[in-house]
Amino acid sequence: MREYLENNYLNDKTTIRSWLVTYDHKRIGLMYLFAIMFFFAVGGILALMMRLELITPAGGDLLDKNTYNVFYTLHGAIMIFMFIIPSVPAAMGNIILPIMLGTKDVAFPKLNLASWYVYVVGSAIGIFSIVSGGVDTGWTFYTPYSSSTDTAVMSMTFAVFVLGFSSIFTGINFIVTIHKMRAPGLNWFSLPLFVWSLYATALIQILATPVIAVTMILLIMERTLQVGIFDPAMGGDPVLFQHFFWFYSHPAVYIMILPGMGIISELISTFSKKKIFGYTYIAASTMAIALFGFLVWGHHMFTSQSEFAALIFSVITYLTALPSGVKIFNWLATLYRARISFEAPMLYALNFLLLFAIGGLTGIFLGTLSVDVMLHDTYFVVAHFHYVMMGGTVIAFLGGLHYWWPKIFGRMYSEKWARISAIMIFFGFNLTFIPQFIMGSLGMPRRYWQYDGLKNTDVFHFYHQLSTIGSWFIALSFLIMLVYLIHSIKNGKVAGSNPWGALTLEWQTPSPAPAHNFLEEPKITHGPYDYDKIEIERTIDK
Amino acid sequence: MFLNATEQTTWLPQQASTVASEVDSLFYFIYYWTIIFLAIVAFCVFYFSWKYRNRDNTKKLKSSSHNTILEVTWTFIPFVLVMIVFFWGAGTYMKMNVIPYGAMEINVTAQKWAWNFKYKEGFANPRDLVVPVNTPIKLVMQSQDVLHSFYVPEFRVKMDIIPNRYMMTWFEATKVGEYDLLCTEYCGASHSEMLGKVIVKSQEDYEDWVEKANVIDESIPLVEVGETAYKKHACNTCHSIDGSSMIGPSFKGIWNTMAEHVSTEDKLVDENYIRESILYPQKHIVKGYENGNMPSYKGLIKDREIEGVIEYIKSLK
Repeated sequence: MREYLENNYLNDKTTIRSWLVTYDHKRIGLMYLFAIMFFFAVGGILALMMRLELITPAGGDLLDKNTYNVFYTLHGAIMIFMFIIPSVPAAMGNIILPIMLGTKDVAFPKLNLASWYVYVVGSAIGIFSIVSGGVDTGWTFYTPYSSSTDTAVMSMTFAVFVLGFSSIFTGINFIVTIHKMRAPGLNWFSLPLFVWSLYATALIQILATPVIAVTMILLIMERTLQVGIFDPAMGGDPVLFQHFFWFYSHPAVYIMILPGMGIISELISTFSKKKIFGYTYIAASTMAIALFGFLVWGHHMFTSQSEFAALIFSVITYLTALPSGVKIFNWLATLYRARISFEAPMLYALNFLLLFAIGGLTGIFLGTLSVDVMLHDTYFVVAHFHYVMMGGTVIAFLGGLHYWWPKIFGRMYSEKWARISAIMIFFGFNLTFIPQFIMGSLGMPRRYWQYDGLKNTDVFHFYHQLSTIGSWFIALSFLIMLVYLIHSIKNGKVAGSNPWGALTLEWQTPSPAPAHNFLEEPKITHGPYDYDKIEIERTIDK
Repeated sequence: MFLNATEQTTWLPQQASTVASEVDSLFYFIYYWTIIFLAIVAFCVFYFSWKYRNRDNTKKLKSSSHNTILEVTWTFIPFVLVMIVFFWGAGTYMKMNVIPYGAMEINVTAQKWAWNFKYKEGFANPRDLVVPVNTPIKLVMQSQDVLHSFYVPEFRVKMDIIPNRYMMTWFEATKVGEYDLLCTEYCGASHSEMLGKVIVKSQEDYEDWVEKANVIDESIPLVEVGETAYKKHACNTCHSIDGSSMIGPSFKGIWNTMAEHVSTEDKLVDENYIRESILYPQKHIVKGYENGNMPSYKGLIKDREIEGVIEYIKSLK
């Protein structure tokens, strides 16, 4: 169908109330999308200001030291808890998962709406902590600093506690939906890999998030009731906090990256018009990563725990990292003898392959005990983390956003500007973060407001300048994206039901999708990647 | 060959300790494999993209979507490589953590935002860790307040310092010179100013230095002693001398004025007031600085230095 579906979920009911009390997963997902993009912008602006401060070695050009410390804490906390964690599952997943499964909605629509409100309440508490002075502990909230600083630690940790529930609600919903609501004929091994990745993510969300909730409550108890849990001044143990924190926060890294990998599998297969290579391996390794991800938290503590523990965690880390690395080979093999076209989503997928490869390979340095001692808490870690989280998850998220945009709004954005922006992000990103690898291995510590008076100040100064200039390119490409995406909602050319000629179920229904997802019961006539068997005409002209 | 380079390279700082070259060899081993794998990925991405780009007349090429031998191979090779890296890294790591018997011990005190080093000869030296070359040094480290981390890039040594327990590490410097000592675990507002120096001296120079460090040089004017102490004890990370308010009140022009107190009545800033503020800082908390960040310098500062600081504050009008 090449037309724009006139009566769709966007205009089914138009009052503000109809949005605020909607049970429609697409509308809830869309509300999530706007909320997370707002926080992405806030976190991004904080990052730009920090980068600007670091353009000279001396501190205080733009921000004083307290403000700088608050900014880097908020940048981390906002980006992690309010943007990345909900980005792919709660926003993209909510919109797409039920349609991909050929069903009308998620299993618990009310719980789904509740999760959005809990997210909003949690974020509001987070914003409250910003206006009441900010937090200066780093997003890791390490004790005893966090039990002793007089900034708004309590409201921020409480925000994290509340946000956790929204994450758990989404997780429960997805697991039940995937188990119970699949269209007739859609069995486990004909599920799209994006669904597998959301399933694995949901498992982690349910199992790991309670641990951070408990940790945050213990921290709040320590601050209010003076119960000595983590603060040695009261008889507690600060390392216990690190264990608790990373027991959630390492699996949380997989909450962030697995769904991104799911998107990449979709994109690469669709735009290569070829069956994904090693479907079973990818699905199985996704589940394996979710489980083994629980056993590696100690690799964040190589410089503070016992040598024996460090050895164990190092070896498990490698075993967990392998399946992620091997997935890259699967995607590359999918490209082999394919028929590749280079629309914006595919450019993001190729971006992902290169950037995630760098992110993954630099992880090997950090997993290696002796080398990690040198690199721990330097900019090398900062760069590695951004390659995985931004080069990985955010790039995959953007790929997904461009891929499903025509399904969400029924219209196409400017392909030309989308390609320009995708390529600019690639260059800007590398310009920002490659210098950080180098200065990190040379010994530039992270979380430094100034770096004057060091032996290597001149060298660091050069790399910091490159990095700051790179950040402007990233900002510019996001501005371009903002303009062409908003412009497309009203003015883009009509996408039709299947602008990419893809085989998964969400492309069988008109765009934008009708309120109940399908006009008629979807039929499963082929697997999600059977491009070798059938060819589907695109609903836009190339 | 820069594997053996002891001077700073693009990627790594100068090698100035016994473990540095071993750590660096492994770093470069991983580095070259990283380049190789990255080249493979980049080659596939660009070459396949070009070779198999979709044109109107493109036919479907036959290609399988599964190949057990290929999949086992590309899992097995990285597996072997990471196991090599693991055992290599673990071996060096144990060397970095097992402190040689008979190493010279120095006690390290970290606090917001200053380093202090106590020597067996019975004196403490603020900010600068002075050590003899080619001698294993064992550091017994403690923190007075929050987490800190002891990091000397040229030595490839880093160890978190956790309050309420002793944290140990060791190093053996191989080159005479001065090296940056950095705190790498975030510890509050002035974290990035918690800097020190490791000064490596030849055995003779070191012995000379110890002799002098133990003797108080009466010939240096008190006000100069005070100024040096102000910098070395990191007073400058919180107290300005130009009247601007930082984490603590400025030293400028406070001598003989009344300090506004939070709980008790206002106090005159005199000799006793300054002495008490250095040794028992929680006794005098000035209005506007209720956070009480100031750690005690009891046992870390010499009497003559306190007298010097008093003179120095007197001189800041």
